Amino acid sequence: MLSPLALAAGPASPADLLAARMQMGFSLGWHIIIACLGVGMPSLLLFVEWRAVRAGDADLMRLARRWAKGIGVLFAVGAVSGTILSFEMGLLWPGLMDVYGQVIGIPFAIEGVAFFIEAIFLGIYLYAWDRLPPRIHLLSGLPIAIAGVASAFFVVSANAWMNQPRGFDLENGRVTRVDPMAAMFNPATLHQTVHMIIAAFMVAGFGTAAVYAVGMLRGRRDRYHRLGFLIPFTLAAVLSPIQIFVGDYAARVLAEHQPTKLAAAEALFRTGTHAPLSFGGVVRNDTLHWAVEVPSALSILVGFSPATLVKGLDQVPRADRPPVNPVHWGFDVMVAIGFFLLLISAWLAVAWWRRRDLPRPRLFLWLAALAGVAAVVAVEAGWIVTEVGRQPWIAFGRMRTVEAVNPAPGLWVGFLIVLLVYLLLTVATVYVLRVMTRAALVRAVAPQERA
Amino acid sequence: MDTAQIVLVVLWVGITLYALLAGADFGGGVWDLLAGREHANRRLIEHAIGPVWEANHVWLIFVLVVLWTGFPPVFAAVMSTLYIPLTGAALGIIFRGSAFVFRKVSTQWWQRRLFGAAFAISSVFTPFFLGAVAGGIASGRVPRGLAAGNLLGSWLNPTSIYGGVLAVGVCAYLAAVYLCDDAVRAGLDPEGFRRRAIGTGIVVGLIAVAGIGVLRLDAPRLFTGLTHRALPVVVAGAVMGLASLGLLLARRYLLVRLTAVLAVTAVMWGWPLAQYPVMLPPSLTYQQAAAGPGVLLFLLIALGVGALLILPSIGWLLLIQRRLPYDSH
Repeated sequence: MLSPLALAAGPASPADLLAARMQMGFSLGWHIIIACLGVGMPSLLLFVEWRAVRAGDADLMRLARRWAKGIGVLFAVGAVSGTILSFEMGLLWPGLMDVYGQVIGIPFAIEGVAFFIEAIFLGIYLYAWDRLPPRIHLLSGLPIAIAGVASAFFVVSANAWMNQPRGFDLENGRVTRVDPMAAMFNPATLHQTVHMIIAAFMVAGFGTAAVYAVGMLRGRRDRYHRLGFLIPFTLAAVLSPIQIFVGDYAARVLAEHQPTKLAAAEALFRTGTHAPLSFGGVVRNDTLHWAVEVPSALSILVGFSPATLVKGLDQVPRADRPPVNPVHWGFDVMVAIGFFLLLISAWLAVAWWRRRDLPRPRLFLWLAALAGVAAVVAVEAGWIVTEVGRQPWIAFGRMRTVEAVNPAPGLWVGFLIVLLVYLLLTVATVYVLRVMTRAALVRAVAPQERA
Repeated sequence: MDTAQIVLVVLWVGITLYALLAGADFGGGVWDLLAGREHANRRLIEHAIGPVWEANHVWLIFVLVVLWTGFPPVFAAVMSTLYIPLTGAALGIIFRGSAFVFRKVSTQWWQRRLFGAAFAISSVFTPFFLGAVAGGIASGRVPRGLAAGNLLGSWLNPTSIYGGVLAVGVCAYLAAVYLCDDAVRAGLDPEGFRRRAIGTGIVVGLIAVAGIGVLRLDAPRLFTGLTHRALPVVVAGAVMGLASLGLLLARRYLLVRLTAVLAVTAVMWGWPLAQYPVMLPPSLTYQQAAAGPGVLLFLLIALGVGALLILPSIGWLLLIQRRLPYDSH
């Protein structure tokens, strides 16, 4: 498995550093999708079960049972892909953990507690459905929903710390006087956690609705499918405009606390007033080419006036700049999808207001199906903005990523294996979920084992 | 007791619980692998693991987080030097958890076969790797610093192999003991698992004794600790192991659950007692590795509040699991 070269540890080679970054990015990017569903789905499920119990509605109860089964699979997969991440914190970034493990440990510990509660009550909720009175069963699901949101808050607050490291002093390379509260509630915590939690609900809402939109496109327009579409879609649609405001606030916080990230997101090289908003384009030789520019728009967004000074990438030496193209494109893709989701939400709102029904054109259902995928892409794009935009730092302004990486050779072999395993895991997850969906339609009972 | 000592104890309680709870799940996978055509056994294993494995599994995350928050240099040194077996364990955890759930919802015979095999094989590899990691640390092959130890020798050595084999054996033994009781509860014949429990009990006991020779040659400091300060615990473990065999012969399945747990707990606590106050042999002590006192206190408060929420919930879950009717179809 290892080349002889790998037997002598030294500083990480550039290939190993790249492999470590790719592996972390890949496994986190994978987990984030499952985690979004894990944060958002339980609330949807409980709402549907609550309505089903109150109204004695068989269709809603069928939806609840179906979603519960799906959540069971997703939670199991999320539990393992999340465990891998806590391994990777040490396997790939021991330099960060060695020095700062104690500073960012507390939110992870609290997240561990929340995750524990989630796992326990999910076990109760799924396995004791027919053995508990309906009201008690409904209540047993509540901790799952609360703990899911709490987990998201604490994990993202640790990520926010990487963008705004606070709550410690450094003496001779070791941290002293650690203040866990100051570390947890740093300037990036508020906007990052709110933005991420809303995004999770939007992924869960649009994602679930997309499944039923596809069903309706295939002609299954019964009440079960309509409810399965409308309930999650409505939740996500309501959140769409709120998310745009939160994103706007987040950008203003960046302008103040992490200007290089905003500058990379907008591919703004020159500091100045009347900074433009740029869409698309490619950066070559420190210049953005072929972009569509709205003059002064960035200055207005940041400070409500064209005269607002916006810091560009020229504020920091070249070695301290993040790679601009992926951050700029990630940002544009996220914003574009945000507005696409807003428009399709508005379409449903108008149709509902006028006729109490879905929009008639099939195009709406096609776009709604697309919205499920688009919401996921937006989360990934936004995550690229925040992670790649922080580079070359792992803890902004404090520790470079290259200082944190495991110096052991051979990391790229690990990356290839992990890539293969996740590929298998993806295929298996999608396959099993599809089989479950189909089994629900056919209701075929196959023998569990061959005799 | 200073706060660092308390965190150390909490950490080790977490490791012990992971071994006792998730260890039995791994062992269930081992028996699943060896069940052959005895599908009734396989179903019983699935029934016993189903509602609890995710909660059991959280102990590992708990251990990792407490270690990196409480003793960051130890975490960094262990994870970087032993990254190969730990990556192996992580991959095993992925395969195991997901394949178990996929098998549960699969209806086709070949799917159940495929996912079942992935579940069972990774149930053997994962505890082996984790045991090998323990052996590498215990024999002083993980120095402080980032990847400062030998990347292969730190886990391919006599103590690590011993640790890995012992871990797999302990998991299989615990699972067989638990499954005896579960079988009775499900109205099935426990005889098959009783035979397995007795067999593995004897084998694991012999391995544990033989291992003392390995440790004497390969990890003399640990050997000295085990035969001096930790001797009472080692003896208690041996007594409990023998008592478990007797209880199995007498078919006292609920009691043997208790003695088996105590035997494994004794093995688990022998190691840290033998090397205390050193965390990374030969010389890094827990005091040198500990995080600042403020962090440790905050950590303990967070975990204490968490325990108040978690313990009653776990009690409820286990109650429900034990009352869950066994569906033999």
